[in-house]
Amino acid sequence: MNYQAIRVIYKFEMLRFWNTLMQSIASPVISTSLYFVVFGSAIGSRIQEIDGVSYGVFIVPGLVMLSLLTQSIANASFGIFFPKFTGTIYEVMSAPISFFEIVIGYVGAAASKSFILGSIILITANLFVDLNIAHPVWMMAFLILTCISFSLFGFIIGLWATNFEKLQLIPMLVVTPLVFLGGSFYSVSMLPPAWQTVTLFNPVLYLISGFRWSFFEVADVSVGVSLAMIIFFLLACLAIVWWMFKTGYRLRN
Amino acid sequence: MQPIIKISDLSKTYESGHQALSNVNLDINDGEILALLGPNGAGKTTLISIICGIVASSTGSVTVAGHDTVKDYRFTRSLIGLVPQELTLGAFDSVWNTVNFSRGLFGKEPNPAYLEQLLKDLSLFDKKDSELRELSGGMKRRVLIAKALSHEPRILFLDEPTAGVDVELRKDMWQLVRGLHKSGVTIILTTHYIEEAEEIADRVGVISAGKLLLVDNKDNLMRELGKKQLALELKQPVDQLPESLAPYNLEISADGAQLIYTYNTTGERTGITALLQAVNAAGLSLKDLNTSQSSLEEIFVKLLKAKA
Ligand SMILES: Nc1ncnc2c1ncn2[C@@H]1O[C@H](COP(=O)(O)OP(=O)(O)OP(=O)(O)O)[C@@H](O)[C@H]1O
Ligand SMILES: [Mg+2]
Repeated sequence: MNYQAIRVIYKFEMLRFWNTLMQSIASPVISTSLYFVVFGSAIGSRIQEIDGVSYGVFIVPGLVMLSLLTQSIANASFGIFFPKFTGTIYEVMSAPISFFEIVIGYVGAAASKSFILGSIILITANLFVDLNIAHPVWMMAFLILTCISFSLFGFIIGLWATNFEKLQLIPMLVVTPLVFLGGSFYSVSMLPPAWQTVTLFNPVLYLISGFRWSFFEVADVSVGVSLAMIIFFLLACLAIVWWMFKTGYRLRN
Repeated sequence: MQPIIKISDLSKTYESGHQALSNVNLDINDGEILALLGPNGAGKTTLISIICGIVASSTGSVTVAGHDTVKDYRFTRSLIGLVPQELTLGAFDSVWNTVNFSRGLFGKEPNPAYLEQLLKDLSLFDKKDSELRELSGGMKRRVLIAKALSHEPRILFLDEPTAGVDVELRKDMWQLVRGLHKSGVTIILTTHYIEEAEEIADRVGVISAGKLLLVDNKDNLMRELGKKQLALELKQPVDQLPESLAPYNLEISADGAQLIYTYNTTGERTGITALLQAVNAAGLSLKDLNTSQSSLEEIFVKLLKAKA
């Protein structure tokens, strides 16, 4: 293992994050606050409670997931796409470093950033509403697993993308709709039965449901299923990365 | 002596179908300076990229210090430093951070003292906290060299190191190369210019259209490539050469108005002074004179014909 290489990739990726700390943090915090104002206060005053949880509190896990998913993908995909785009990737490719070490460095940094961001959003949320977390350990587990799997997913997108349009394509066209339709702001039981069935095909539903369970012990699907889904997604991403590693996909040609 | 780099039957066909290298065989000796000379698109960068692991070869193999560059990439790559042709650098990192990054990437423990000296040698130390985007092109080139040397490589590749570089920096660069050479580093550089190869290299390889045409000691090659022609334009055309000019092997142009003298710039003396005196003594008067050197392209064509 080339530990020095992992160390410097991680360190300098994080350094960039700290250098642009205000930008990195301000936009998710502001948009989360806006969601609270619009959904929590304006709409929340009309919706009383969902499953015994007041609406303003109910949406917190969904909001955190929304930011976590988009930021993980954005950070990780950009982190690897940018050196490809500017050409500085030549150095990483000519270094005595394996593909997995590259992945650990870049994905580790992206996941760390998302984790920090998720924590900050939770703290921000706490300013608006009173949060009681029923299962903090599970909450952390879901948080960390999500950061890692979606950073891996973002890394794959960053490698696959050959231009800026493609880089935006999947987050815009796939991820954002899935998050919004995955019960971020409502309970699936509030939908007509036909749509409830459709929603079960949305992987993000399982994420949000499990994460929400760790807060309030209310869930759309059972926690075990949620956990299985996120681990399955993590393994799928690892498999794709492993395949990319085997074939030298989009790097060595 | 075992070569430090051994390239065997190496070919590369890009996905586009373009064959950039065909059947290259080359041994590079430990501690030498080898110049790869060739026109645009010859395959120089492709060759270097394969050795460094940036591009996968289609067929053939490369060993570095006896190890295969694909199977034992950790070992071979840790020996190599690469200064790329393009000025590819990040924008917002500082000079100091980027050289530390490079060193770590190649698996070396941090060594601020070494890196400080390296930046001083490259006149970059006072810029160490500058962001890369604030540097001029020449400084960026120096940073790329610093990055390549940050992990103390045994082999250094310089891909067109003098592109966009002023005389001063070029002098500095050759001094640096000579210093590295003295300390035992093997250096491979690419260039379009014969003069450059002549100035710095021990051996020169000529590459064109993906083929390595020849590799030879510089001195042998320069005799071949260093030929120049002096054209003497006469006021009065002649149809025969005076006897006294016979030793100079002059050619007469078809219309008799020009005498062409071929000489070698790398020789001890060119014989021009003597020739002009002899021309004068023979009673010929000159209207004009000019010298020309075969362009690299012409030489390649000649070499290609000679090989065919
Ligand atoms: N990624 C690529 N895909 C397809 N063709 C390529 C690629 N890179 C290089 N080539 C082609 O391979 C040939 C050799 O290119 P290479 O960059 O090795 O030449 P070079 O000798 O370094 O030229 P120059 O002196 O201009 O730098 C060229 O015809 C080039 O167009
Ligand atoms: Mg080139």
